[in-house]
Amino acid sequence: MRLQGTGLTLSYDDRVVASGLDVAIPDGSFTVIIGPNACGKSTTLRALARMLKPRAGTVHLDGSLITSLPSKEVARRLGLLPQSSIVPDGITVADLVGRGRYPHQRLMRQWSKQDETAVGSAMEATGVADLADRCVDELSGGQRQRVWLAMALAQETSILLLDEPTTFLDIAHQIEVLDLCADLHEQGRTLVAVLHDLNQACRYATHLIVMREGRIVAEGDPAEIVTAELVRDVYDLRCEIITDPQSGTPLIVPEVRRRARATASG
Amino acid sequence: MTVLRLASWSLRLSPRGLAVCLLLVAAGVAVSLVALSTGEFTVPVPDIVGSLFGRGTPAAELIVWKLRAPRVVTGLLVGAAFGLSGAIFQSITRNPLGSPDFIGFTAGAATGGIVAVVLGGSSWQIAGGSLLGCVACALLVYALSFRNGVQAHRLILVGIGVSALLTSADWYLLTRANINDAATAGAWLTGSLGGRGWEHALPVACALALLLPVCALVSRPLRMMEMGDDSAKAVGIRVEPVRAAAVTVGVLLCGVATAATGPVVFVAMAAPQLARRLTRSPGVTMLASALMGAVLLVTADLAAQRLLAPVQLPVGIMTAAIGGTYLVYMLRKERR
Repeated sequence: MRLQGTGLTLSYDDRVVASGLDVAIPDGSFTVIIGPNACGKSTTLRALARMLKPRAGTVHLDGSLITSLPSKEVARRLGLLPQSSIVPDGITVADLVGRGRYPHQRLMRQWSKQDETAVGSAMEATGVADLADRCVDELSGGQRQRVWLAMALAQETSILLLDEPTTFLDIAHQIEVLDLCADLHEQGRTLVAVLHDLNQACRYATHLIVMREGRIVAEGDPAEIVTAELVRDVYDLRCEIITDPQSGTPLIVPEVRRRARATASG
Repeated sequence: MTVLRLASWSLRLSPRGLAVCLLLVAAGVAVSLVALSTGEFTVPVPDIVGSLFGRGTPAAELIVWKLRAPRVVTGLLVGAAFGLSGAIFQSITRNPLGSPDFIGFTAGAATGGIVAVVLGGSSWQIAGGSLLGCVACALLVYALSFRNGVQAHRLILVGIGVSALLTSADWYLLTRANINDAATAGAWLTGSLGGRGWEHALPVACALALLLPVCALVSRPLRMMEMGDDSAKAVGIRVEPVRAAAVTVGVLLCGVATAATGPVVFVAMAAPQLARRLTRSPGVTMLASALMGAVLLVTADLAAQRLLAPVQLPVGIMTAAIGGTYLVYMLRKERR
């Protein structure tokens, strides 16, 4: 497998989020990492993307230690859409997307024909080509997220990691971004995304990694691993699993809480 | 953005940015010529040019070459250094208030200089003291604001606190000094180009010659880092070394500039902001900030010399007045 972490101990300062974690991303998969808040899913993704230095353990990309590769070389193979980025004041869509070409550029090769083509097709794929000359500040949240995604695409990496790409978007924009991810996956990219919504994860993932308290509890095809027991164990939530009438994937329907209305009078 | 291509080489230029830089160069030359030519004794512009090539009248040569030129050149160089330093720190902190004037580095340089004055140091020792003070203060602010890396807002707040502390130390030192030292130190504290000779211009010129290439190298990575560390790392930028290099360059520029003229406030804050608005560049613009700083400082110095002539104001008072007005204007505009 091209991207994998072995024996990872991940921590922020003194707080250990995971220890002895092994994680492998199947080539060509759309892997979704899911789990309750603070289970370490984003931390794991950040470690795979070399944003976070593991306290112990290693991350390998294409068989080499990711830290031993030149950082621009890594950036030509592996892209990341971070959870939050700052939009520079007054930048246009085309300029922002163009910044994704940085790892392909040098001091004396600042804007090649390939850069031009890559930016064009990235904006085309994310449907922001019409906005090319607009200021990113003026765009809606959904448009903005597509612009960030376009920047990551312009990087032309075969592996793309996405840290909660649907946060802060309304449901229509969430689906729009996820459909776009599914398209990118179909074109042959390996995608790894951290998501919050279990139903969306089941619908889009070809490989699901379920985490709790820094450990992987289950992984595999969502249709095979997602059961009412798993959801209860991982989320402490009682539910029923039915088949999504649209996609045929598992759909989690939480149990209705038995109304324990106070009957006592006075 | 316009792209220049030659074989496999390509350069990306913003026509507007280029135009702004050329205009600033023209403005700098014009203001410098006025400053060289006017004053108590007017030297016509052709005589200035003549004296630069050693063919002027002896009087013109003395006035231009010995008296006025060092002052103008020091002003240009110090302005450029402050402009660059401000651009670097505003970019790193992603905040206009992150300029060295506010985060205590200039204050550190000032205190270092005053300590040297009070100890009866020579002009070289005063310069050394202020450079040392700037570096020491930068280290102190950095150490005090460090908590799992340095957050911009904490750096600014700690810097403001340290600044206030150092300012009170300055005034304490002034009250303890003898009357002559106190007068020297007081004049130095406002920041002045009065009586500056080539010996003041030379160190700043050397520092700029050494540090400008580093500025050019880090400017593109810094622009990427304005989008956040993660975004910059994702495209392959080694964030920590870039930031360390940029901070070092920014502190040195600020220290060397303050050593030459004393703490001239607001140039480091206003120059990058003005440059950014004029070029409409999304991100730090090193060259335009340096040119803008140079133009601002010589213009302010010219105004300080001529506005209330024959009274000569220290340039620091002028920049504070202009810079303060600009800051208020900027805050008003941003609230809308």
